Amino acid sequence: MATAYTLEFEKPLQELDRQIEELRRSSTERGTDLTKEITALEAKLAAQRDEIYLNLTPIQRVMVARHSRRPYTLDYLSTIFTDFIELHGDRLFRDDPAIVGGWARLGGQSVMVIGHQKGRDTKDNLRRNFGMPHPEGYRKALRLMKLAARFGAPVLTLIDTDGAYPGLGAEERGQSEALARNILEMSVLPTPIVAIVIGVGGSGGALALGVADRVLMLENSIYSVISPEGCAAILWKDASQRERAAAALKLTAGDLKRLNVIDEIIPEPPGGAHTDHDATGEAVREALLRHVGELRKVKPDKLVRRRAEKYGAMGAYTEA
Amino acid sequence: MAWFKKERKPRTPVRERREVPADAWEKCDGCGHMDIRDKFERALSVCPECGKHRRISAEEYIELLTDEGSWRELWSNLRSEDPLLFESYPERLTKAIAKAGPADAIYTGIGRLDGLSYYLGVMNFAFMGGSMGSVVGEKIARLARRALQKKRPVVLVCASGGARMQEGVYSLMQMAKTSAALAQLGLHGIPFITILTDPTTGGVSASFAMQGDVILAEPGALIGFAGQRVIKQTIGQDLPEGFQTAEFLLDHGQIDDVVPRGSLRDTTARLLRHMQGARARYEMADAV
Repeated sequence: MATAYTLEFEKPLQELDRQIEELRRSSTERGTDLTKEITALEAKLAAQRDEIYLNLTPIQRVMVARHSRRPYTLDYLSTIFTDFIELHGDRLFRDDPAIVGGWARLGGQSVMVIGHQKGRDTKDNLRRNFGMPHPEGYRKALRLMKLAARFGAPVLTLIDTDGAYPGLGAEERGQSEALARNILEMSVLPTPIVAIVIGVGGSGGALALGVADRVLMLENSIYSVISPEGCAAILWKDASQRERAAAALKLTAGDLKRLNVIDEIIPEPPGGAHTDHDATGEAVREALLRHVGELRKVKPDKLVRRRAEKYGAMGAYTEA
Repeated sequence: MAWFKKERKPRTPVRERREVPADAWEKCDGCGHMDIRDKFERALSVCPECGKHRRISAEEYIELLTDEGSWRELWSNLRSEDPLLFESYPERLTKAIAKAGPADAIYTGIGRLDGLSYYLGVMNFAFMGGSMGSVVGEKIARLARRALQKKRPVVLVCASGGARMQEGVYSLMQMAKTSAALAQLGLHGIPFITILTDPTTGGVSASFAMQGDVILAEPGALIGFAGQRVIKQTIGQDLPEGFQTAEFLLDHGQIDDVVPRGSLRDTTARLLRHMQGARARYEMADAV
């Protein structure tokens, strides 16, 4: 699989991968046993990959978070959830495929899963608008959250969007209102909410699924008020300064944990979530079961009070 | 001999004669109409000719929306920090304080409107474009909590380009923080009105600006989620005339009404009386 390493900083891995592939080919073509050499190279590749992934810079994490092979919401729905029944539409305008949601089972229990959904290929991406929802997507999400609360089911959200879509129709139909409504309603929804940033947590479009009792982030996901490109364009009139912006914005999982905005970092397999969907799913499943289990023991009104207190304490200011 | 020679008085040139103090005149940037500054000011910076609403300061909104002498500012001592150690943020803050005062991008306080006491927040666009950071979020959260405690209505005058990038994810979280505090007003029957002025965009429009029980906007105000440049780039076409104006939002059912500045005070007061009245009746019914 010479294409496994596609990111710019994975070039050294690409090279090793190519060498391994070549040895394999010549070993089958000539019938010589090169197992030893191959194993050695594979070990070298693994070591180098681990080394690179242990020391990712912020902009490199942005690249991993946006990786086109990263597990998306529907992947988790097929790997760690069972009995998924997708529910469509906002009952007002149309169904928005950039957000998927519905009943599912986690460890035998009914939960409401809602997440952004990017497409795997161009055709799918056009349908799903590259995972950038319109207002109707957020209104569908809120409808499903209220449905869950009515039946005492926890809400699990999977966040992976560059942002709410900036377009004509989106503005006409009240993108601002849709986001504002979700953020407000989630802050008082009387049922446990766990949010996981699985890829890109893009600003208000992420937060509109992200007001929760517990907020978790996958190790190489990012969460930011603006994209590094957008930040660089505004501050330095130069989108190519995105590396500088990515560092300045403090958008990695580690940064958000230090800032006390998230509760836990879910580790990814060496080489990133995209290299092993099953292992990533397993880690997500374990974390979800644990947090949902804890939250289920808390009465809804107490849950809501604690949630308000948590968000009430966020920020940094002094009193002069 | 010229017995009747007309004595020539030196005439001042036309230009000089017309000269009046430069700042006595104002030109409307909407229609180009020139008028005496005083006339503009008496019309609350609304052009007497075309009705274009010029931006006015946060201080002027406070004056407009409170009875004389009734305004008392609260939490003016909150100051932004630099939690991300974001490059040149401390310098920008120092400049903003020098330019727009120490209250950060919002004034919060208590005042009376036609004798009715209520909590008022007015965003200060002059302070870093009215951007929402931790101080704005904290002040609004405190305003909502105090209003809930005192059972008094809340009015927020919005003017903001959105979140304050230099505070990173903290600025994003202020959307949740303000929403969580304001949600309590709705649950306890405390009226909450928002007034959207030019401009109200980004993280502010996508949170408390659009959460009012009643949402009013000034004529012509730019209101929207995404910036026009971003939308144009994304969709690759020009935007229709009047896109994202207050009138556009009214047409699309996103706000309750467009209210000219001259009627803003009266409309707000009448709305508060309606909603307070409803609350009193509700409580009476509850007691019976």
